[in-house]
Amino acid sequence: MELTALHRRLLNEFQRDFPLTPQPFKEIAENLGIQEQDVLQMLCDLQESGIISRTGAVLRPNHVGVSTLVAMSVPPEKLDQVARIVNAFPEVNHNYEREHEYNLWFVVIASSPKHLQTVLDRIQKKTGHEVLDLPMLQEYHIDLGFELQWK
Amino acid sequence: MIEISSLDQKILQALQQGLPLASRPYEEIGRQVGASEAEVIARLEQLLEQGVIRRLGIVTKHRQLGYTSNAMVVWDIPDDLEPEMGKRFSEFDFVTLCYRRKRYRPKWPYNLFCMIHGQDRETVLQQVAHLRKTCGLEQVAYDVLFSGQCFKQRGAHYFKTA
Repeated sequence: MELTALHRRLLNEFQRDFPLTPQPFKEIAENLGIQEQDVLQMLCDLQESGIISRTGAVLRPNHVGVSTLVAMSVPPEKLDQVARIVNAFPEVNHNYEREHEYNLWFVVIASSPKHLQTVLDRIQKKTGHEVLDLPMLQEYHIDLGFELQWK
Repeated sequence: MIEISSLDQKILQALQQGLPLASRPYEEIGRQVGASEAEVIARLEQLLEQGVIRRLGIVTKHRQLGYTSNAMVVWDIPDDLEPEMGKRFSEFDFVTLCYRRKRYRPKWPYNLFCMIHGQDRETVLQQVAHLRKTCGLEQVAYDVLFSGQCFKQRGAHYFKTA
């Protein structure tokens, strides 16, 4: 889809500090000088075309539940197959191929350390490949949204 | 990890799918979790204040916005220098995330991870070169892992039990 100046403002200005008022979309609309219905339509279009995943909350990692980053080294010809096995776990998200000997990277989120370990063990068993468990020990950069630079 | 109430858990779970695109979204969330609109708003304010919710707003997919070169840059930083380097990295505006993670020498010597989202590979590599030079890391081992296919990307599902 073609992004208009309004789309860009919406995307840049409302990644954080979303209004906590009964009619937040109306407040955004007033801010942008348009109607509430237009804001809802734009968000719906942006979601539909896959530019945004949702309007919602980004939680602080490891604050609720436990998570880790996992790397696996998989023969390239088996990558799709292993990725499918991994994706079947509801605890898995952000599963990406990366250009490296460790070529499959994903995040596992679980309700407890024990649950997390169970999931890792199962992934290892089902895929037949070792998992490298890379838990976060310290966070230096806080995700407060992303300043988009338009071409 | 902190304990949060079952109402908060329900609200967060409802929010994982995103706010309903409706005129009174908090009222709708309230209906799903058995709370009033005012209660939902008050709980969200509190969760933001506590830092459980880091941000509330539009969650974009970088790749769809032309940020197709998403690189994870990993560094083998000596332990004593690592905290300072983590702080320095996070000050660069092209670094979108920066974490220290567990390392496993010799198979995985890298302890500092940062994410760089760029519109092309060239730009990302220039930014990495800039980091190495500015932070005096010419002698430090590092690797740039560009992303290939995305197999799965969605909001995290919390509170699922095994």
